[in-house]
Amino acid sequence: MELTTVWFMVIAFLWIGYFVLEGFDFGVGILLRVLGRNEAERRAVVTTIGPVWDGNEVWLITAGGMTFAAFPEWYATLFSAFYLPLFGILVALILRGVALEYRGKRDDLPWRSRMDTLIAIGSLAPALLWGIAFANLVRGIPLDASYEFVGGLGDLLSPFALLGGVTFTAVFVAHGAIFLALRTTDDLRERANRMAGWTGLVAAVLAVGFLAWVQQLRGDRWSVLLAVLAALALVGGLVANRLRREGWAFAGTALAIALTVTSLFVAVFPAVMPSTLDPGSTLTTAAAASTPYTLKILTVIAAIVTPLVMLYQGWTYWVFRKRVIVGV
Amino acid sequence: MDTLDLARWQFAITTVYHFFFVPVTISLVAITAGLQTAWYRTGQDKYLRLTKFYGKLFLINIAMGVVTGLVQEFQFGMNWSDYSRFVGDVFGAPLALEGLLAFFLESTFIGLWIFGWDRLPKKVHLACIWMVVLGTQLSAYFILAANSWMQNPVGFRYNAERGRAELTDIWAVLTNKVVLVTFPHTIFAAFMVGGAFVAAVAIWHLVRRPGVDTGAFRTAMRLGAVIVIAAGAGVALSGDQQGKVMTEVQPMKMAAAEALYESEKPASFSVFTVGTLDGSKEIFSVKVPYLLSFLATGHFDGEVQGINNLQQAYERLYGPGSYNPNVPLTYWTFRLMIGVGMTAVALAVLLLWMTRKGREPHRLLVWMALPLPLLPLFANVFGWVFTETGRQPWLVFGLMPTSAGVSPGTTSAEILTSLLGFTVLYGVLAVVEVKLMLKSIRAGLAGTSPPADQDRPDSDDDGSAEAKPLSFAY
Ligand code: HDD
Ligand code: HEM
Ligand code: HEM
Repeated sequence: MELTTVWFMVIAFLWIGYFVLEGFDFGVGILLRVLGRNEAERRAVVTTIGPVWDGNEVWLITAGGMTFAAFPEWYATLFSAFYLPLFGILVALILRGVALEYRGKRDDLPWRSRMDTLIAIGSLAPALLWGIAFANLVRGIPLDASYEFVGGLGDLLSPFALLGGVTFTAVFVAHGAIFLALRTTDDLRERANRMAGWTGLVAAVLAVGFLAWVQQLRGDRWSVLLAVLAALALVGGLVANRLRREGWAFAGTALAIALTVTSLFVAVFPAVMPSTLDPGSTLTTAAAASTPYTLKILTVIAAIVTPLVMLYQGWTYWVFRKRVIVGV
Repeated sequence: MDTLDLARWQFAITTVYHFFFVPVTISLVAITAGLQTAWYRTGQDKYLRLTKFYGKLFLINIAMGVVTGLVQEFQFGMNWSDYSRFVGDVFGAPLALEGLLAFFLESTFIGLWIFGWDRLPKKVHLACIWMVVLGTQLSAYFILAANSWMQNPVGFRYNAERGRAELTDIWAVLTNKVVLVTFPHTIFAAFMVGGAFVAAVAIWHLVRRPGVDTGAFRTAMRLGAVIVIAAGAGVALSGDQQGKVMTEVQPMKMAAAEALYESEKPASFSVFTVGTLDGSKEIFSVKVPYLLSFLATGHFDGEVQGINNLQQAYERLYGPGSYNPNVPLTYWTFRLMIGVGMTAVALAVLLLWMTRKGREPHRLLVWMALPLPLLPLFANVFGWVFTETGRQPWLVFGLMPTSAGVSPGTTSAEILTSLLGFTVLYGVLAVVEVKLMLKSIRAGLAGTSPPADQDRPDSDDDGSAEAKPLSFAY
């Protein structure tokens, strides 16, 4: 296989990791004030992601850094084109990060309540904006011959893109609710379970609609297959949630997210940024890539280090596998 | 203002802001790890309490370091897309390695450390914070290697067809002679900040809360002061090396740092100059003969090139244009870096001397508590402004002018939005952060209840009533 294809897969893998992991962080954050009825409950909700959210966020940083190194043109085009959405994401992630870390550092309720609001907003906005960005990545944006974005904000806010944003958000909310059901006890666990049930249904409807639209825009056999599998995984997760098999339910939504993102990347490949102006200005993996020498070095290092990272991150989840009890 | 100016202001503001937290993170995590190790080794309660106290301050700080770093990672693509296209093949690699090797390590193990106090065996828990230390060091090395490549591009070739720099030797990039001197200098400079911070907090407690935890804070105060002095020596030695490397690879920066217009042999170092505003004429100055020659070349009678001579040479090499950085800015930030930083060393010496052999800290010492950490912190800022503005007009020295790097498609309105947005947000967060810091400092050492069952094997239950709750360590 071409190294550029391998690296396309690596980048896709990093985004999958990011959305599967931060997906539940976002969902938990969005649901924080909905499911957590009082300070003790909200504290428990935050604690479920407390030890891991920062490590999850680094998947994004690494996806960014790796894209810069392996596909400089892609990095340049992607982030300068999605300027304002990305600015919004950064502001939201800053607020969320600071609020998560600072909420427990003061012992007064109004402070914590304010931080909880920031966590909720800081989780909702990126979920929505990433959905919009990824929908545009698949649909394409107006690029000129030097792969510069020549459109405006309006070009990024098509109905398709907005559907992408809402879909991402709904799926993350269901994923987060299932994660909470898996990580808490008693009443909170019950409520999270119920929440997962109905938000999951909404998410499933939206996801099927969005994925069908994606296939109609630029699908091939493989992306269709992956989209169907994604839908099945989501439904399977919801059934497991109904049956109170929380581990399976979580595996279901995680798999659904992974397959959805894979389907998007497969649909767009070998383009990395399709141009809606002129197919000739579509940015492809080959045109975006670094030299074979750089890719080779990156490959060697990534092959050694990525498994180690997954190992110690996995270990963190093992260390903190016990359910969080409200009020203790 | 055009997009170039706006993009430059945004980069300068967000990066300098990021670097207010970076030196504190780098040093305070290591000092915290050292304190925890002392507790592990000696079992003395005071070390545990200091670990928790300074550890909490460290956590307040690193939260800001992390979120502001996020902006850094994406700015290159947002505001500097042509720069990213031009250098990605070379510059991207260290950035990618930083994420993969350093940030995962930092963020994962810090989570384990914060929440792991009563979940992990003591030894494993201690190892976690040392992994964070390793992460910060790796992170600093890789990002400085990236930055050093912009100061002194090596290990690449220029591909005219693609119009970009392409990596030919990663090892050359990672062992760039600039990064080899910049890394120790930056790390020592960071330790000056952290040491000073630890000492300053301790002074405040010793003077304002006499009799409360005196033993512990005395230890912290003297430890902090010693770190400042030792790191100060390291900074001076490595800075001296840097001067020589800089003279070799960026002679213009050295000439600007001295406002030296004509080549001199031997050259003297001016400690202080009053000149015309653009720095082109001096009115009054205090000079140390031979010093500049020594700083720049290692010989007391070495020749140091002047700005005018270099300008002519560069015009021949790169075509017409001005190759001068902003001379007064370069000149003054260089002096302020050294002067302000070394004042902190002097304060630390004074502090040690005034509290020698168990002497109580004098009441007036409390006045030292604020300047002591702020001086080296600002010396860091001056150092960066010097390094970065002294490189101008180049973005990548000799290869790409700063004006060529900015995103062509990005509008002034967009950059203005993010510039104002980040500036306001950062301003508000600074207030929140400082307030929280002061509150936690005032709270003092917490009493510790020894974690009950350290090595209790985890049972495999999930959710049964006796499962031990997770709670925030702080
Ligand atoms: C000399 C050291 C140094 C320098 C010059 C920079 N940083 Fe930094 N950075 C660190 C040292 C550091 C650190 C000490 O490793 C931090 C501070 C807080 C933290 O968690 O790690 C960090 C955090 C940090 C993070 C968040 C990591 C996380 O989530 O854990 C990112 C994405 C960056 N940085 C990126 C950058 C970029 C793109 C820079 C260049 C413009 C930059 N930093 C300059
Ligand atoms: C963290 C410490 C750093 C500080 C405080 C700092 C400071 C600055 C300042 C003040 C400028 C503006 C110069 C001017 O406009 O005249 C600048 C420019 C720049 N710096 Fe740095 N810098 C730092 C680290 C880095 C690193 C590590 C990199 C690269 C990895 C970098 C890349 C750049 C770039 C691309 C510019 C171009 C924008 C410009 O020239 O204005 N800087 N930096
Ligand atoms: C005798 C004292 C010092 C000397 C001779 C010295 C020398 C230098 C030189 C030559 C540079 C520029 C390197 C380049 O652009 O290539 C530099 C940069 C810098 N200095 Fe210093 N310095 C001294 C003290 C300090 C102090 C006290 C601090 C802070 C506490 C400090 C912090 C920095 C920083 C952060 C940079 C920018 C990063 C870098 O290029 O290393 N320096 N210093």
